[in-house]
Amino acid sequence: MIRFILIQNRAGKTRLAKWYMQFDDDEKQKLIEEVHAVVTVRDAKHTNFVEFRNFKIIYRRYAGLYFCICVDVNDNNLAYLEAIHNFVEVLNEYFHNVCELDLVFNFYKVYTVVDEMFLAGEIRETSQTKEPHLEVLPLVSQQTPLLTEQCGGCRHTSDLLLSTEDLKSERG
Amino acid sequence: MPAVSKGDGMRGLAVFISDIRNCKSKEAEIKRINKELANIRSKFKGDKALDGYSKKKYVCKLLFIFLLGHDIDFGHMEAVNLLSSNKYTEKQIGYLFISVLVNSNSELIRLINNAIKNDLASRNPTFMCLALHCIANVGSREMGEAFAADIPRILVAGDSMDSVKQSAALCLLRLYKASPDLVPMGEWTARVVHLLNDQHMGVVTAAVSLITCLCKKNPDDFKTCISLAVSRLSRIVSSASTDLQDYTYYFVPAPWLSVKLLRLLQCYPPPEDAAVKGRLVECLETVLNKAQEPPKSKKVQHSNAKNAILFETISLIIHYDSEPNLLVRACNQLGQFLQHRETNLRYLALESMCTLASSEFSHEAVKTHIDTVINALKTERDVSVRQRAADLLYAMCDRSNAKQIVSEMLRYLETADYAIREEIVLKVAILAEKYAVDYSWYVDTILNLIRIAGDYVSEEVWYRVLQIVTNRDDVQGYAAKTVFEALQAPACHENMVKVGGYILGEFGNLIAGDPRSSPPVQFSLLHSKFHLCSVATRALLLSTYIKFINLFPETKATIQGVLRAGSQLRNADVELQQRAVEYLTLSSVASTDVLATVLEEMPPFPERESSILAKLKRKKGPGAGSALDDGRRDPSSNDINGGMEPTPSTVSTPSPSADLLGLRAAPPPVAPPAPTGVGNLLVDVFSDGPAAPPSLGPTPEEAFLSSGPEDIGPPIPEADELLNKFVCKNNGVLFENQLLQIGVKSEFRQNLGRMYLFYGNKTSVQFQNFSPSVVHPGDLQTQLAVQTKRVAAQVDGGAQVQQVLNIECLGDFLTPPLLSVRFRYGGAPQSLTLKLPVTINKFFQPTEMAAQDFFQRWKQLSLPQQEAQKIFKANHPMDAEVTKAKLLGFGSALLDNVDPNPENFVGAGIIQTKALQVGCLLRLEPNAQAQMYRLTLRTSKEPVSRHLCELLAQQF
Repeated sequence: MIRFILIQNRAGKTRLAKWYMQFDDDEKQKLIEEVHAVVTVRDAKHTNFVEFRNFKIIYRRYAGLYFCICVDVNDNNLAYLEAIHNFVEVLNEYFHNVCELDLVFNFYKVYTVVDEMFLAGEIRETSQTKEPHLEVLPLVSQQTPLLTEQCGGCRHTSDLLLSTEDLKSERG
Repeated sequence: MPAVSKGDGMRGLAVFISDIRNCKSKEAEIKRINKELANIRSKFKGDKALDGYSKKKYVCKLLFIFLLGHDIDFGHMEAVNLLSSNKYTEKQIGYLFISVLVNSNSELIRLINNAIKNDLASRNPTFMCLALHCIANVGSREMGEAFAADIPRILVAGDSMDSVKQSAALCLLRLYKASPDLVPMGEWTARVVHLLNDQHMGVVTAAVSLITCLCKKNPDDFKTCISLAVSRLSRIVSSASTDLQDYTYYFVPAPWLSVKLLRLLQCYPPPEDAAVKGRLVECLETVLNKAQEPPKSKKVQHSNAKNAILFETISLIIHYDSEPNLLVRACNQLGQFLQHRETNLRYLALESMCTLASSEFSHEAVKTHIDTVINALKTERDVSVRQRAADLLYAMCDRSNAKQIVSEMLRYLETADYAIREEIVLKVAILAEKYAVDYSWYVDTILNLIRIAGDYVSEEVWYRVLQIVTNRDDVQGYAAKTVFEALQAPACHENMVKVGGYILGEFGNLIAGDPRSSPPVQFSLLHSKFHLCSVATRALLLSTYIKFINLFPETKATIQGVLRAGSQLRNADVELQQRAVEYLTLSSVASTDVLATVLEEMPPFPERESSILAKLKRKKGPGAGSALDDGRRDPSSNDINGGMEPTPSTVSTPSPSADLLGLRAAPPPVAPPAPTGVGNLLVDVFSDGPAAPPSLGPTPEEAFLSSGPEDIGPPIPEADELLNKFVCKNNGVLFENQLLQIGVKSEFRQNLGRMYLFYGNKTSVQFQNFSPSVVHPGDLQTQLAVQTKRVAAQVDGGAQVQQVLNIECLGDFLTPPLLSVRFRYGGAPQSLTLKLPVTINKFFQPTEMAAQDFFQRWKQLSLPQQEAQKIFKANHPMDAEVTKAKLLGFGSALLDNVDPNPENFVGAGIIQTKALQVGCLLRLEPNAQAQMYRLTLRTSKEPVSRHLCELLAQQF
């Protein structure tokens, strides 16, 4: 099962932390720092898996953001690796070319998306069009002046998916 | 000024977030936050009632502030108010706040539960899902108590919407994992299995996780899911890539559901029904076939999704371990991945092949990939991939390829990452011994290990090579020659000096004929290393020198000169000084015959002893490994190599006063608990018979004086220590001073116990007003019932009285009851408070289980609060037999062949209380080198785990 989900940027700022196990606040902070330390030192030639305490982290980098899922050691690595991508695609659909700032300004909506897709540490829904509650939420329809302006300042964070394709071609 | 998009209502929130982002310093951020907090506080406190929108906005701001890492101490009430809003966005923020900032404030919990209850009953699927998600996210016991009974109903109700079913399934899973006792099994369990047939793939996806968990805990009750899962899987696997529409991911039909179904099937052995099995094998073959087909897309998402299913399929094939054909096909498939350009696939293939290597059907097939794996060990960039390669080489090693694998591992060791060196050293040492055909190869390998990675060669490894050389005379000459050559290297590892010193001391004579390794040459070679070595090694070398005097009389003068040197005789280190003095004297006073006897070659070690056993043996005394070290202890002893002082612990020191009760020598009780209050099992030890008649009980006045916990003194300082002595045993002397001795005999069965206390008057004067009583501090009264019988108020000099205690464990408890003893001795009042040796582990029932069951349960208890762990220094010599006895005394069953490391101890049992049973699993990992232990306890109750861990950790 999933123990926690973290979205962090390269500087170590947490953009989402979702816990499926009881941790106290100090422990959470420690985990966040440890995950950042083990994940950011790895490059594209490394695997997307890292052993982590008694668990393992499955992670994927999109532009400047690391999406990390901590699961049990005998869990299926590739299934969770693609669960991350599926999640990012849903976010992308929802925010229309998601960028890091979407996650900052709409953090409360991200939590809803997470709950639609993952619940109790398990995958709840995998279809990209059947997140029924999402339609109810008011969408950030276009990138607002605020967002585009801000994204312009840090170009690499805009449009996560586009960047990951770049990353992939680098890999190949 | 930031603009906010249309439709997004919370402009204030966006402004606030961008303000925070624009803060240049931490101080500025804190200032801005404090301003906002003041603003929100005033709004919440203001006279004007806030509308839903404002409440939502402010609560959301508070949440943002909390997520930034600041404490929030208000706003909970407003968040709870949002729960009853009819607007989705307001309700959603309310639930989010509650889920993130769980508060155990009882007043609020009631309100929250009430709101959840309303939403669950609302028949609005969106609201129902929000409520279910909140329960699943919080997962507290209180919520379990409130809703565990409702959710199964929602899950199987005919009119529940699909999305609600999905949420209900996983919500129930969370509650079941957190508190299985709260989820009632019933009619719904039969129906839940049929969710595998549900039309909605999302419902199936969620339900499989719940069903898998239920199957793991009650495999027999859910067997029907096997055929349902197989047919569902079969339908998915055989569907065309577009059949499943939304559930097709990059041309792969329902990859996550397929993986989950394959994992569900791994809870069971292969299906018994031939038709079901046939259909399943067909599925597995289809997956393997598809892996060979050209990809439908070049995207990595396509191949990952496809391979996720493939790897899970292979896991199932390995789990069944019964279809040779499939096993070999799986192995070939993995073999292709070993050379894939995706690092992920290479890694996973190595990992998966490791388990295939242990199957008799596929072991040979795995072996054919040896060159690829060796290449991976040499060339992979990611250390974790190299580690998997090393693991796989170890797993595929057998007599046919041992030489190749060992030599490749040795070569790799020269450049290996520091992080994995020790592991590789151990692997090489184990393989070299296990598959050694000729022992010269074994000796070469271990010496190479020391040469290449001396720092990582632990004691066990080099002790073991000494044992094998000592025991096999065909290799002794070769070993002497080889170490002699190795020592000639200008810089050699200290472990090499140790091995060399020992071997030459024993077998140097075998190479002394060669003038290049004549005795003086051997000696000067060893002695050239002497000054650079640690005390331990120098001590060993001194023993080698005295052995040389015996082997080569011509070196006597030189060696005596060395021993006589001021640097030895007056060495600041006591050990070295003592050895020098004793050896020098021995060499001068003893005749040649005596020397030859004393310094005789070491006798062979008991045959086929593993290095791990040797490690244990070493703890017990000489005879293993470094027996030379023991020679110096007793200068008067003639047997330098075998002399052993009795260790203090084995000598019993009789106490100056007579052991009044004879308890120390009492045999353990074997009789079942006596049905009456009379301690008949004690008759053979205590001839006194039953306690004094009740007429001698305390007078009402005395009884009054001794009643009431308020006038009980605090336990004596040693009370905890005395209590600790009884954690793993039931009988013994609890307390003793000049006046009084208190002995204990006790028996426990399930949640009941009977204890006999024996009060012995050690003086010749009568004790008066003697009144022992048992007190329950705190709310122990509700957890433990102790019924005591009165005893005689007078205890004559030299006499003893007996008191019977009937004990019933009602619930789990953490503190022991107190025993207060008061009496008058020579007119002076005496009082004494002890802790009664009744600890929760006394109510342990040992449970035997197979390794598989153990691991399954272990995994089930994986919440962090269910586990307690302690790492601590050994306070007593680390002896496996003693440890075993203590663990058995502690009450748990000891499970063999569970832990892959035979040095570790694994135990299981159930704590029996009247109210509930608590399953306990424990694991103790000794580390002899560090003289440390790691103890891990997992139980279904948090305080019990911690308490047992504390109790047990004191014992070693």
